[in-house]
Amino acid sequence: MVESPAFGAAVRQCVVNAVVPAAKVPEERSFAMRSLRVVAGIAAVSLVLAGCGGDDDDGAAPGGGTGGEFSVYVCEPEHLVPQNTNETCGAEVLGALFTSLVDYDVGTNEVRIGAGTASSVESDDQRVWTIKLKEGWTFHNGEPANAAAYARGWNAGAYGPNAYGNAYFFENIAGYDDLQVPTDAPAGTKPAATEMSGIEVVDEWTLRVTLKDAFSQFPVTLGYTAFYPLPEAYTGDPDAFEERPIGTGPFQMDGSWQHNQQIRVQRYDNYAGTAAKADAITFRIYSNVNTGYNDLLGGNLDIMDSLPPERLGDARAQFGDRLIERASSNFTYVGFPLYDERFADVRVRRAISMAIDRQAIIDAIFNGAYTPAGSLVSPVVAGSRDNACGQWCTYRPEEARQLLTEAGGWRGSLVLWFNSGSGHEKWMEAVSNQLRSNLGISSISFKSLEFAEYLELLDQEKVTGPFRLGWVMDYPSPQNYLQPIYSTTGSSNNFGYSNEQVDQLLARGNAAETVEAGIELYQQAEDLVLADLPNVPMWFGKVQGAHSNGVSNVAIDAFTRIRLAEVTVNQ
Amino acid sequence: MLRYTLRRLLQTVPVLIGTTFLVFAMVFAIPGDPIRAMAGDRPMAEGTYLALRDRYNLDDPLLVQYGKYMGGLVRGDFGEDFNGREVADIMADRFPITIKLALVALAFEMLLGILAGVLAAVRRKSFMDSLVLVTTTAIVSVPTFVLGFTLQLAVGVKLGWFPIAGLTEGWRSYLLPGFVLGALSLAYVARLTRTSLVENLRADYVRTATAKGATRRRVVGIHALRNSLIPVVTFLGVDLGALMGGAIVTEGIFNIPGIGQQVFLSVRAQEGPVVVGIVTALVLVFVLANLAVDLLYGLLDPRIRYE
Repeated sequence: MVESPAFGAAVRQCVVNAVVPAAKVPEERSFAMRSLRVVAGIAAVSLVLAGCGGDDDDGAAPGGGTGGEFSVYVCEPEHLVPQNTNETCGAEVLGALFTSLVDYDVGTNEVRIGAGTASSVESDDQRVWTIKLKEGWTFHNGEPANAAAYARGWNAGAYGPNAYGNAYFFENIAGYDDLQVPTDAPAGTKPAATEMSGIEVVDEWTLRVTLKDAFSQFPVTLGYTAFYPLPEAYTGDPDAFEERPIGTGPFQMDGSWQHNQQIRVQRYDNYAGTAAKADAITFRIYSNVNTGYNDLLGGNLDIMDSLPPERLGDARAQFGDRLIERASSNFTYVGFPLYDERFADVRVRRAISMAIDRQAIIDAIFNGAYTPAGSLVSPVVAGSRDNACGQWCTYRPEEARQLLTEAGGWRGSLVLWFNSGSGHEKWMEAVSNQLRSNLGISSISFKSLEFAEYLELLDQEKVTGPFRLGWVMDYPSPQNYLQPIYSTTGSSNNFGYSNEQVDQLLARGNAAETVEAGIELYQQAEDLVLADLPNVPMWFGKVQGAHSNGVSNVAIDAFTRIRLAEVTVNQ
Repeated sequence: MLRYTLRRLLQTVPVLIGTTFLVFAMVFAIPGDPIRAMAGDRPMAEGTYLALRDRYNLDDPLLVQYGKYMGGLVRGDFGEDFNGREVADIMADRFPITIKLALVALAFEMLLGILAGVLAAVRRKSFMDSLVLVTTTAIVSVPTFVLGFTLQLAVGVKLGWFPIAGLTEGWRSYLLPGFVLGALSLAYVARLTRTSLVENLRADYVRTATAKGATRRRVVGIHALRNSLIPVVTFLGVDLGALMGGAIVTEGIFNIPGIGQQVFLSVRAQEGPVVVGIVTALVLVFVLANLAVDLLYGLLDPRIRYE
């Protein structure tokens, strides 16, 4: 997933888009409640609207619906077609409307096959995968959620002219290229095919996927929104579908998406999995996280899954055990332009890394909202290690200075790069102060640009100093934190970094026989990268959420998604 | 007067063409690739990227892009944003909300601003006068976001008198944000009214009216105030446009999905069609408000005639 430009969860749009004031970073959502009386009133009204009687006779689904409804903070989703949703706000809403093929353990984030709509995901050679679906699942409009529905969704996601943001998830599936318009073709050319040859519907509930290259982590990726199914209703009118998505999840749409205001969902009574506890959820759409937080304080909102960083101290005092803090997948680093020869010496890179006191910055500027990074893989991922980097990522100012002297010292001006308007100014300034005093670099300046321009210069390798970037995982595997960023051809390798051994180890990890066997090889690759240190690991993010007295059993996963079906409304 | 009005309306056509082109060119000139930025740290699949560049004509030169946009506009097609939403839908969603907000703000300005100005003027150098002076100075000095968040916390969260954010409570939802939005101009209106009225109260015709035996109320309310309001009305007319276009901060604080918010987002996302569509509509508001102001002069001062 793309990291939003903003620091912290994301705004994104809402995301990923660099854009967005508080708005787009999708990381924030919340709920709040009003006084009990008002809540009761709202609940009563909504029950009537939803056509449920007062005795809630349809609430007796397996798992025991306990009724009631609550509200959740989100930013305006960019899209609600799952194959086009790669920011957290859209993903939060879709999480209520869809059930994924596999699930992840909320605590360990290990993949749980069988906990979603797939009963098994197996392969002999890590290239041809057979996915067996649980029978009997249906979309909210009654269509079966069978193998054909999954194939439909994935083909739509990969089809070039649709221009869906999650298309890269399908790049490794055989036949993907036939769904793209050739680069040099005249305008209006259609792709050669509309279906990937690598996806076969074996029978109603079995899907066979053939990959281009072996990929041991394939089952781990399947929980992402890109792999949700699509009903036939989508094919007829994708635009109408987006305004009122039809999914397979515990909740279904109640009315259409009211842009920038709210999205309402209600419990789906023919749901094949464990029924949701609450009757209905209102996703309140905010453009500013502070406003959402005020609503939470004032009792108008029940759950937020992100909080304004500057009010974290206040939130800890106000909410007590109703504040939720846990590690997120967010990773912030400062990369080196290795194509600039001043950064070619690994001793210079190590000196800069060792001269930065991460914990001091986190405490002084972020209210302790981050964890110092001692590795490249977020602690939420199975296979991560706390301090794989060792001394090179530890604050040791004297050694840092000595190392820099050995490397010949620093001549001239050092320019620190970051994208503007997303709260990076303060901590970058702190970094510059530490480099100045610990390494004796007297001339340090900043270059801050709008995200669009910033990324373009990074892509063109025109950056002249250490630059800030971040990463949010697509799926909980070390591979996702390594291959896209450090492999020679990695799509987010902005350093110009290339190490043949790293590439080989990643490829061997991808071909390993099991998810676990792959992890060991990825760790070896991580060690090699850390020895080269093409970037300074800064810190890992935390999810900060809070909820009102009106709800309980609120859990937030490492994707910053609330486990909505499990939330109970206090009566 | 009809001819005058028609001529003024005709003049807006070149103004609109000029502004659309200027705004379009400015959005075009923003550095960076908007499609690349949509993807963030991880570049999107190449096919996706190329399809999006093509869909929004981003590979064409400025004049071709502008031509395609205007061609669509003539057929009533406002284009779409980068999320594929019709700009016409966005504007239809958001304009009514901002208009309501701006009108509430304007109402506050007129009622409180003029009232404060008159009170200060008729009791010059009194406690009231000083109070208005101090209060308006304070309001002008405080940035909108400070005033907005403070009021939201104080009377929204703590006291619970007003809805905190959003539009869930109908017209009541507009009161607090409307006040915050209008606060700055309210201070100007009060000052302007006071100055203008003080000056007019010294004029010959006021002395004549008083000498005729007119009551103090009539002298101030009818004779002096009507004349004094000419600069105030001019200010209010121009301000209506400014309120609508300048509600970015207020709309953000109170989570009101109006156009200020949208323009801000769209400029950052480099969504030309959205920015141009909204700005053009705002230009229209400015032009019409100015026209209305000019016509109002005639009512306030019968000596003014239109050719």
